[in-house]
Amino acid sequence: MRDAGLLDLAASSLTPPGATPLLAIQDLTVAFDGVPALRGVDLAIHAGEAHGLVGESGCGKSVTLLAALGLLPPTATVRGSVRLDGQELLGAPQAVLDGVRGGRVAMIFQDPASALNPVHRVGAQVVEALRLHRGLDGTAARAEARRLFDLVGIPDPTRRLDAYPHELSGGQNQRVMIAMALAGEPDLLIADEPTTALDATIQAQILDLLRKVQRETGMALVLISHDLGVIADVCARVAVMYAGRIVEQATAEALFANPLHPYTRGLMSALPDMDGPRRRLAAIEGAVPEPWAMPAGCAFAPRCGLAVDACRADPPPALLPAAGAYRPDPHHVACLRADPDHHVEPRWHTASRSAAMTRSRVQPSARA
Amino acid sequence: MSGGGLLELDRVARIYTARRSLFGAADPVRAVDCVSLSVPASRTLGIVGESGCGKSTLGRIALGLERPDAGSVTFDGALMPKLGTPAWRRLRARMQLVFQDPLGALDPRLPIATQVAEPLDIHRIGTRADRADRVADLLRAVGLRPDQGTRYPHELSGGQRQRAVLARALATDPALLVADEPISALDVSIQAQVVNMLADLQAARGIAMLFISHDLKVVRQVSHHVAVMYLGRIMEQGDPDAIFRDPIHPYTQALVSAVPVAGPRRRPRIVLSGEPPNPARRPSGCPFHPRCPVAVSDCQVIVPELQTMPDGRQVACLRAAISPSAARIAA
Repeated sequence: MRDAGLLDLAASSLTPPGATPLLAIQDLTVAFDGVPALRGVDLAIHAGEAHGLVGESGCGKSVTLLAALGLLPPTATVRGSVRLDGQELLGAPQAVLDGVRGGRVAMIFQDPASALNPVHRVGAQVVEALRLHRGLDGTAARAEARRLFDLVGIPDPTRRLDAYPHELSGGQNQRVMIAMALAGEPDLLIADEPTTALDATIQAQILDLLRKVQRETGMALVLISHDLGVIADVCARVAVMYAGRIVEQATAEALFANPLHPYTRGLMSALPDMDGPRRRLAAIEGAVPEPWAMPAGCAFAPRCGLAVDACRADPPPALLPAAGAYRPDPHHVACLRADPDHHVEPRWHTASRSAAMTRSRVQPSARA
Repeated sequence: MSGGGLLELDRVARIYTARRSLFGAADPVRAVDCVSLSVPASRTLGIVGESGCGKSTLGRIALGLERPDAGSVTFDGALMPKLGTPAWRRLRARMQLVFQDPLGALDPRLPIATQVAEPLDIHRIGTRADRADRVADLLRAVGLRPDQGTRYPHELSGGQRQRAVLARALATDPALLVADEPISALDVSIQAQVVNMLADLQAARGIAMLFISHDLKVVRQVSHHVAVMYLGRIMEQGDPDAIFRDPIHPYTQALVSAVPVAGPRRRPRIVLSGEPPNPARRPSGCPFHPRCPVAVSDCQVIVPELQTMPDGRQVACLRAAISPSAARIAA
């Protein structure tokens, strides 16, 4: 694959100067029964930041974090390095992982109803987490569970502690999951499509809650989503994944104002707008390549309007700072053809879209 | 919204009875309550709303799969025949339904081409020899290759399966297509392909569409007219651009503001407190009043009727009826 020198350069260049990442994933590869799912992922999550991981189904966004926490089935072959505050997690003994999972690193999923135990009261499930990770018992644990329910905005928390998951709505169950995740006072919360199963107005409530608890507890948040809008709403930095690799990484502001990778641009053009004139959607033709039939070159080359022969022949370049990126948190992209200064408009770019982007580049967004 | 439509719903209501416990009294659940809609040929009516708002029930009523407990459904000028009658079966060839989950809608043991040909066999359309050509044409129309007809559903991607389901729905050359969350299970880049295809098919074949979805951005993209539902009632309906740019009903305002946008946010988010109530415990008055930021005491008592606003859209809100601008400013 890549030589060690380049790897070090790539990994260190993702780190803002003077900061050791809380979670450092380096050259992580995962294969299921020999079929590659993750093909070399470098990702650094810093203390207290909200980091988004976006991509379509099968791109490896969930697998990245599941592999990092040792949550993949034994059929998966995991290689690379995952360090939490310098401690290697890959191949770590079970006792170490048990302390990390649910303790220093918590995770919530898309479907809270199936993540909760249906035959136990939700309060008891939160108390169990408090006992395992904080050593709390009896009335102290129940009082803390009540405080957590209050924190995540569950109305009438004392009574709700005695409810069963089926008595609560999907939004309330997701709040319970968040309370349980917070029980271990995590340094990092991984939220894997936390609002995908929820209605729009409930999704807004849960995203608000995630922002609030992240701000109040100072924990880092990794938000995994297929929805660019959800990511834009919560995250300060974003990594875009395609076919088992990170293809672009930048601050949310830079990414949404000026996406550099043709795939990221394609994704944004494929989204219908909420206002302005209606235009024909710019679909990305074709489909994601099957994991057992990856093209020799860049995985996106077969669908890319900018691809040249070199894109099809050679593996894509490593994730490197884009030209002209001198800021402390540079825009990274893994594309031969991405050049922010002389970029050619991909063929699916419509005039209105690029005009909108130019506007937002001139006037930096006032995102909440 | 009356007269001239291919499909007309006139003050339609559908009431289920639900028992809260085994021996408890049955509670009436008004899944759809006094809804009037019209879908003209070659036009798309978008229905948006959250789970439990009655949008899927409305789609089933539109196809005659469920009988309304009040009101009437008219298709092409004639009353919808009773479910299962020969008249209804004949009509079914002209009305088709597409669901969210294409894998569940396809038979895993039959190749795609056989399934696309099934409606032709059932409705005895064309000769046996013609049917193979017709299936090939249909597969091409939805962007599949005719040779992909020999594949089984599990051999196709999610997007290709939804195309196959559409090819089957189009086999009888329907006048009306009811699409219930047809692209919600697909990835963004594939969603765009299917949305464009639906627009092309509508332009080429003049199909009327009832497009049911929770995704406001997609509904705005495909619809000529849109209706926003909450707890079985229409809260606001009219031109999608106007409604999503400048919603009047407080519920539509919250729904529009809740849509996550990739990029700078245009309007402040209105986060509603609470959740939609259980339809079995419908609040008195306006169904939205317990969560409404601008509700007044009258809203607890009076069920607001749809009022036509100066720009032609209809809004069911007491506050908007008194003064549209006041409601908008207050919210």
